[in-house]
Amino acid sequence: MTEGHWHVTFCIYRKKGDQPPFYQDFPLEVDPDEYVLDGIERIWAFHDRSLTFRHACHHSTCGACGMLVNGVEKLTCITPIRAVTKNGGTIRVEPLRNFPVLSDLVVDMAEFYLRMEQAHALQVVPVAQSTLPYEPPPFPDDGLPHQRLNDCIECGMCVSACPIALTASSYQGPAALAATQQTYSLTGEKSLLSLVDCADGVWRCHSGFECTAVCPSNVDPAWRIMELRRQVIRHRIQRIFHQDR
Amino acid sequence: MKNNQPAPGKALRWFDPRHRQPGTWAFILNRITALGLTLYLALHLIMLGKLAQGPDAYDTFIALAKTPWIKVGELLVISAGLIHGLNGIRIALTSFGIGVTVQRQLFWGFLTLALLGTVIFGYFMFFVH
Ligand code: SF4
Ligand code: FES
Repeated sequence: MTEGHWHVTFCIYRKKGDQPPFYQDFPLEVDPDEYVLDGIERIWAFHDRSLTFRHACHHSTCGACGMLVNGVEKLTCITPIRAVTKNGGTIRVEPLRNFPVLSDLVVDMAEFYLRMEQAHALQVVPVAQSTLPYEPPPFPDDGLPHQRLNDCIECGMCVSACPIALTASSYQGPAALAATQQTYSLTGEKSLLSLVDCADGVWRCHSGFECTAVCPSNVDPAWRIMELRRQVIRHRIQRIFHQDR
Repeated sequence: MKNNQPAPGKALRWFDPRHRQPGTWAFILNRITALGLTLYLALHLIMLGKLAQGPDAYDTFIALAKTPWIKVGELLVISAGLIHGLNGIRIALTSFGIGVTVQRQLFWGFLTLALLGTVIFGYFMFFVH
């Protein structure tokens, strides 16, 4: 063993087609500062070419590599091995929860993306109008419309961690609700409020705050869901007084 | 072919606190205390029904109510009421955007208050009365 290297066992969830799922162990020698995704890629490259998993950017931008690492949702491309195990330890890697498994670590995100589309999720947002729960960094006052890539990278980890999404497939989920809040705040599109003002929308959340805990990208979906409730109520009250239809 | 999907039958997994954070612990506590309080309400109504069965049945019930085990049960009811009620305030506040960023601190604060309340009630129930 190379000095400074660790021996860890990757215990990986496997499932193909109609076969029942099982866990397969892959002992690896790793640098503890490597990322979990590096280990998974090495397993695919040198041990089992049939292992399927999703990834693209390797720098927390595409949102493809979200998995369950030792029971917690992680973007595996930015999760150092030393943060989730110790020398001689095990790293259990499973697909995201609450999504149908297609193959091994790959889940079907189709419905999730559809919901993001229904929420009119934005790709970029104007810095000046962003409603982030933290101070945006200062930008030069040059009169240009500064925009920023939207925080949500559509990784689906918030849905995976949500206890309500575990039991209710019709729940719109934290990412779509957060996107609705953001788009409504920026565009004032009233139809978005009627979309979420229902039992499977903004009122379904039971305040577990797991979404915010696992979100790797400062979206703070729980805060946005609560904010969206305020916006829905405000709109309802305005309608009572005929100020807004 | 597809598994790992949401299903109502998975509700038991709500009660698994592993790898979860205070928001879910509060969620779990609220459900356990709600079930406990509902069970207590049912028992309470059955016991009240004893009143209709005459003084003897009622006296037997009162004698039972004074036994230490029943007192411990009553203390648990008080504790459940405090935890459920105070956490309910936390949820009501955060549900409308108040204190969302400090929801963890609110949880620990209200839980401490509930436990303190339980200790005070326990002291009076076991040592004063
Ligand atoms: S809200 Fe956060 S956790 Fe959810 S999909 Fe977007 S980036 Fe991922
Ligand atoms: S590979 Fe793109 S976010 Fe991890």
